[in-house]
Amino acid sequence: MGADFVQFSLTPILIGVFAAIACALPGNFLILRRQALIGDAISHVVLPGIVVAFLVTGAVSAMPMLLGAAGAAVLAVVLIELVKRIGGVEPGAAMGVVFTTLFAAGVLILEQSDTSSVHLDVEHALMGNLESLIWLRAEGWHSLLDVEALASLPPELPRMALTCLLITALMLVFWRWLKIATFDEGFAASLGIPAAAVGFALVIAAALSAVAAFDAVGSIIVIAMFVCPPAAARLMTQSLERQVIWSVAFATLSAVLGYVLAGYGPLWLGGADAVSAAGMIAVVSGVILGLACLFGPHRARVGAGAA
Amino acid sequence: MSAFLDAVLLQAGYNAALVALGATLLGFAAGAVGTFLYLRKRALVSDALAHATLPGVGLAFIAMVALGGDGRSLPGLLLGSALTAAVGLVLIQWIVSRTRLAEDAAIGAVLGVFFGLGIVLLTVIQTFGAGRQAGLESFLLGSTAGMLRAEALVIAAGGTLAVLAIWLLRRPMTLVAFDPGYAAALGYRVSWIDFAMMGAVLAVTVIGLKVVGLVLIVALLVIPPVAARFWTERVHLMVWIAALIGGASGYLGAAISASAPALPTGPIIVLVAAASFTVSLILAPARGLAAAVRRQNQFQRRVHRRQGLLAIARSEPIRERYTLKLLQRESLIRPDGMPTDNGKAAAAKVSRDERRWEVARRMHQDAGLTGRYDGLTPIEDVFAPDEIREFDRRLGPPAPVRG
Repeated sequence: MGADFVQFSLTPILIGVFAAIACALPGNFLILRRQALIGDAISHVVLPGIVVAFLVTGAVSAMPMLLGAAGAAVLAVVLIELVKRIGGVEPGAAMGVVFTTLFAAGVLILEQSDTSSVHLDVEHALMGNLESLIWLRAEGWHSLLDVEALASLPPELPRMALTCLLITALMLVFWRWLKIATFDEGFAASLGIPAAAVGFALVIAAALSAVAAFDAVGSIIVIAMFVCPPAAARLMTQSLERQVIWSVAFATLSAVLGYVLAGYGPLWLGGADAVSAAGMIAVVSGVILGLACLFGPHRARVGAGAA
Repeated sequence: MSAFLDAVLLQAGYNAALVALGATLLGFAAGAVGTFLYLRKRALVSDALAHATLPGVGLAFIAMVALGGDGRSLPGLLLGSALTAAVGLVLIQWIVSRTRLAEDAAIGAVLGVFFGLGIVLLTVIQTFGAGRQAGLESFLLGSTAGMLRAEALVIAAGGTLAVLAIWLLRRPMTLVAFDPGYAAALGYRVSWIDFAMMGAVLAVTVIGLKVVGLVLIVALLVIPPVAARFWTERVHLMVWIAALIGGASGYLGAAISASAPALPTGPIIVLVAAASFTVSLILAPARGLAAAVRRQNQFQRRVHRRQGLLAIARSEPIRERYTLKLLQRESLIRPDGMPTDNGKAAAAKVSRDERRWEVARRMHQDAGLTGRYDGLTPIEDVFAPDEIREFDRRLGPPAPVRG
């Protein structure tokens, strides 16, 4: 736990944790609303958004790409809603039609345009590059107090931390609305809560965390973190408050354990190179969900008996 | 353009022709199989299946290398991918039946975790030595560049088997899709039929890896059936329409892709399918957007015409612009707003209809008949002539429209 750790592992772990939490928080509500796959859809359409933003601005800079990705996410949500309403298509299929089409368009534009000179490709979009987000200037724990060294932190870290904070704040502020609108839309409407707007805002918040996390860690983590930690948390408790806390704990555990296993696991097994941290974080979250499915105290459906 | 024509006519070279045939067969099979997946409302299970193929590809490669092979033999990789996809499918079923999590959460979990595992395995394979893993990433988005005859044959065989299975099981699958309870009461094993359907989906997913890749194979399973649903209300027609749309998308997509550089086959096929979906959404005769707009306009016209005529019958002035325009177009009123003779006659008829309905609703207790009163339906459409004569007897003689 010395200087090497601060330089090479601290920042990726922190970014992973923030990304995991930022995705898991909205995931709690998406799961309860049976919209878990919105996360999947959003993480696919982020690609065309980023590609178009790159073509418009001609540079790989963070802000336009985030905006492009967020725009694509909103466009996808609106298109899904349109296909559902106009075509009378069932929600899952409507999602399947829209996100695959947008993703295909993204790949096509990427191939058509001359992006070979920049680091922008489909595999990077899927896998992320958590391992490369290191803090080169750090010389040890004392660097945390060194302003000059702090200035060279990978920009993904403050961005992800801010996103995570923003999502947490939004959730706390709108907690009552979210809770009531999620469990009983009719009751919410009778209280004057704009249930439809809350639902749309939730999807937008999910898109925001997906886009920010995608930028740092790729879309695998995004998909897995939207679903696995909240789903595991759902099997641990009956109360929404405790479920959210469990999900944050599971997300953190997945990110830390996943990163450590990816970085050091192969060495322990006698291998030489690390494996994909993003993939490993997803796998750990899956193992946690598997354990929750087997042993979680509230795993059975209500009324199905405690079998 | 001529390059495109060459490709369409299969004259653009051996590889292009092979890809076009493979893509057509794949699209055909995916459309047919996807129909039942869509009707069963499980379209996105295919997304989880597709992503769950990736660890299988990695494991198969590792196993084949460990056994001293090359690791890149397509049948071996496909077998591995089918195995892990089947495991993913079983896990989804297990989560849904054993825990309180809904199917969408199970799909998302399996999708994310298996895909993550696949990526981990790919990075493990990268450590085997430079160049050996080349090609495995192509399963993400498909790669038709160096498609071999043997690979096209694998696609053809798998697709044929899947379509055959669908054809043999079309009746029980239809039953299970629309009413699983009834199917079970008839003695069908619903879980087996679901299992067979998923087996066919699995086969299509696996053979599609080479052409469109695992991210986009979902599109071929979902889009053609959704598009086909707009054109028909019958399952057996829908299967064929979906298969045709899928096959045509595969063929056209492969042809377009072969006609110019930097046009990746998989995405082009998906975009062609998406175009066919958009056309269906807008133009389909009964369920399309254009038809819905036309119906809405017709309805609006009937309401305005009827209300206008009733106003004439009551000698009330009409001020609503659209109503005035409608009545003038039919020469029922003059430009100054006064009714013509035709207008008076039509107004009298509508007014009599309205009064007949009033009587009918008072004396008739059958809500199934009087419930059809909506201020638009002529009473002749609902009641028999002798009943209407009875209403008229109670109404008294007709009154002329003044004005």
